[in-house]
Amino acid sequence: MLLRHTTKEITERSALTINPAKTCQPIGAMYAALGIHGCLPHSHGSQGCCAYHRSALTRHYKEPVMAATSSFTEGASVFGGQANLVQAIDNIFTVYEPEVIAVHTTCLSETIGDDIPQITRKAEADGKIPQGKYVIHVNTPSYVGTHVTGFANMTKAMVDYFAESAGQKIDQINIIPGYVEPSDMEEIKRIAQMMGVRVVMFPDTSKVLNRPQTGKYDMFPEGGVTVEALKTTGDSLATIGLGRLASGPAAQALDTKCNVPCEILDLPIGFKATDRFVDTLRKTLGITVPDIINNERGQLLDIVTDMHQYFYGKKVALAGDPDHLIALTEFLVSIDMWPIHIVTGTSGKKFESRIREITKDSPYTTNVKAPGDMFLLHQWIKNEPADLLMGNTYMKYIARDEDIPLVRMGFPILDRIGHSYFPIVGYRGGMRLLEKILDAILDRQDRDAPEESFELVM
Amino acid sequence: MAETIFAERKDQVHRKGEEPFQMTCDKESLAGAVSQRACVFCGSRVVLYPITDALHLVHGPIGCAVYTWDIRGALSSGPELHRHSYSTDLQESDVIFGGEDKLYRALTQLIDRINPKAAFVYSTCIVGIIGDDLAGVCRKVEHEKGIPVIPVESEGFKGNKRAGYNAACRAMFQLVGTGPIDDISPLSVNILGDFNLAGEIWIVREYLERMGVQVVANITGDGRVDDLRRAHGAALNLVQCSGSTIDLAKMMEEKYGIPFLRVSYFGVEDMADSLYKIAEFFKDIDPQVMERTKALVRDELSELYPRLKEYRKALEGKKAAIYVGGAFKAFSLVKAFRHLGMTVALVGSQTGTEEDYKELHEITDPGTIIVDDSNPLELSSFLQEKDVDIFVGGVKERPIAYKLGVGFCDHNHERKEALEGFVGMLNFAKEVYATVMSPVWRFTPRKRAYLSKSQEMDVCHEIKAIQN
Ligand code: SF4
Ligand code: SF4
Repeated sequence: MLLRHTTKEITERSALTINPAKTCQPIGAMYAALGIHGCLPHSHGSQGCCAYHRSALTRHYKEPVMAATSSFTEGASVFGGQANLVQAIDNIFTVYEPEVIAVHTTCLSETIGDDIPQITRKAEADGKIPQGKYVIHVNTPSYVGTHVTGFANMTKAMVDYFAESAGQKIDQINIIPGYVEPSDMEEIKRIAQMMGVRVVMFPDTSKVLNRPQTGKYDMFPEGGVTVEALKTTGDSLATIGLGRLASGPAAQALDTKCNVPCEILDLPIGFKATDRFVDTLRKTLGITVPDIINNERGQLLDIVTDMHQYFYGKKVALAGDPDHLIALTEFLVSIDMWPIHIVTGTSGKKFESRIREITKDSPYTTNVKAPGDMFLLHQWIKNEPADLLMGNTYMKYIARDEDIPLVRMGFPILDRIGHSYFPIVGYRGGMRLLEKILDAILDRQDRDAPEESFELVM
Repeated sequence: MAETIFAERKDQVHRKGEEPFQMTCDKESLAGAVSQRACVFCGSRVVLYPITDALHLVHGPIGCAVYTWDIRGALSSGPELHRHSYSTDLQESDVIFGGEDKLYRALTQLIDRINPKAAFVYSTCIVGIIGDDLAGVCRKVEHEKGIPVIPVESEGFKGNKRAGYNAACRAMFQLVGTGPIDDISPLSVNILGDFNLAGEIWIVREYLERMGVQVVANITGDGRVDDLRRAHGAALNLVQCSGSTIDLAKMMEEKYGIPFLRVSYFGVEDMADSLYKIAEFFKDIDPQVMERTKALVRDELSELYPRLKEYRKALEGKKAAIYVGGAFKAFSLVKAFRHLGMTVALVGSQTGTEEDYKELHEITDPGTIIVDDSNPLELSSFLQEKDVDIFVGGVKERPIAYKLGVGFCDHNHERKEALEGFVGMLNFAKEVYATVMSPVWRFTPRKRAYLSKSQEMDVCHEIKAIQN
């Protein structure tokens, strides 16, 4: 038993997080910044944080992840990091030649209280920022919020720094995809495209973190939203923000700054949420939904029809980020599965009440905690076993100890591939999720079936 | 090519044969560089984490704990406490008002809950800034709970990984000398600087057993607190790897008069040399020990060589690049590649010292590039310039190699095969072979450019065959 110290009895734990279901702000900011074309994320702090964030992203995507660091030393942590950042900006533009440097802070530089805009102004005054190049920034102390907050903040910084309004509306809409995989971003764009909608998506990590093998190493890959495109977002007809936590702040900022009306929706995972997304596109642009999309929806429905008896009544325990969990829970409930335990590391009262609302007709009272950790989730499972786990790779400890199948989703996934290439959003993403869920459940059923009831046709 | 090197880094890169040897190292990474280096905390965590029955509590914001959560694959034959992630998860109010109270509560709750043999409490950057009295809290809890509670001074900004190794050694040294040593054989050692990745320390222990040498403490792979407490009872310390545990060996030498030997378990010569050195050390106490060691090496080699030859045939003349954490590992790798008939075109490390680089300069062939604290752009340009067949590195280097269409071997935290010992050399050869000779490279654009017309046809046929 790997987690043999997990007890069934749940006692109050006030000062301690065990086996977290979250990580820190800067990695979310780094991920978002990688979704700008030609951007080098920059970690203003000691080099450890930056190395960790890059390693974590590299393990998850199996792609090179570039980011620079201010390399704080003791001196910098006493006198402030101004000199380091100015020198870093100079070095980066000289050697790596990005279009944009996206600075995020770390716990250290936050605690010292470095004023990034003031430092970048200094760099600019010193002539360290070449013409037509940009330095943007965001504050990401990890003792506030989580990686989701960091993603949301960096995405909002894109609006703060780049969105402009020339006064002339452009026939396009903005989509903020949420803290999802490159494959999901690609799929969201595909759906919009099928509907004939012109889209500016930001951030956009497709073709950045799911690149083909080319025999070349490009420091700045082909993908990512361009600065030019970001500038036009202020004149778009509307903004759709997917995922309240990850996309809400940027969508609202764009509304405030440039009067672009915004609609904030759940991540389009499963029927209902994808329906809402497609419908919002339809209404915003006054278009009809093409057959091809209806066809995909029909296929998703067909899978559920064919296999519904296998979904019915299966108890699921989930860990992940709030935006994902809300949409996923809704999807599971809609196919008659019962999410019974749900934790996220990101705090939020709204999250808990939303989950309760979605699960109110389930025969179980759903355990939900935000912020919670995987230790708590495991304790709940010991009290009320689940048939299926859904969450990141760290759930595999629980899966093994309790002998419960696991469907991997979320961040990080360190031991399987697929997430960067195949989406879970949209109707086709829903089909992939169902395939994974069914594989897990039916493989287990096959494994456990006594010989006499081992079935060929299922 | 030249512009991919920062001007300030010129003296951290050396090309053997072109200029007299001179290299600067132990420099702070340049601000703005995409450095592959990590922090003090990382160094401490790497060294201490394999102590399997201790509680490892990270005092800091959540990230530092998450990124070091069981990522290293240090195997345990018993307790699995080290595979959990425990964090005080500092919040804004803690940063303003201090985190001591939270740390105290976390520690006492945890110790009651899991009953560890000892606790290590790591400080992170932020703790250094807000000025929590880590040592004070640890003392208090130690007093109340009656187990060693040891502060690890690992604030990230106070240097690089090497400073973290030192902090870890100082922490462990507090345990040494507190356990009984009466049943320890005069032929006894501690194994330092082996983290039991892929079960490697078990291989080394088995050799020592066959030689008749008792192992007192594994430091730290598959480590136990009680073993550490009696580590001062060993007659000799075996220290592997350049930096990580040498400080502990020195402290033990000074205080307990225990001598140490620097050893390496990578590669045939280094492994055999190391065992002979150990036998040599004990030969006065037990005259038979050398005989047993010779027999052991003979057995192992007669098993190994014929099998190695097969791989050598295929690998002869291929080119390798090495970029690892510590330089000591690089020495062994250079020799190991020679065994496979391969040449080393690039070798570098994150934390090598001047002597390390001097030694590398001596054992490499002319034309070899030697680098300190490199970055991805530099590395990838060297890989292409030298047209290597395999790159040996760590997690951040792997995808770069693969994108270029170059084979890769993880000789770092994420290795899945035991690479130590004689059997390790065979595993290494297998891994090198599997990646260098993988058919995948024939489909990748870089290698295809080099193929001759007829080979190109072969590939086309193969692709067709696969498509059919
Ligand atoms: S110090 Fe803060 S930013 Fe750095 S890894 Fe730790 S939590 Fe993340
Ligand atoms: S905060 Fe400091 S200790 Fe933590 S990862 Fe960053 S550099 Fe290392």
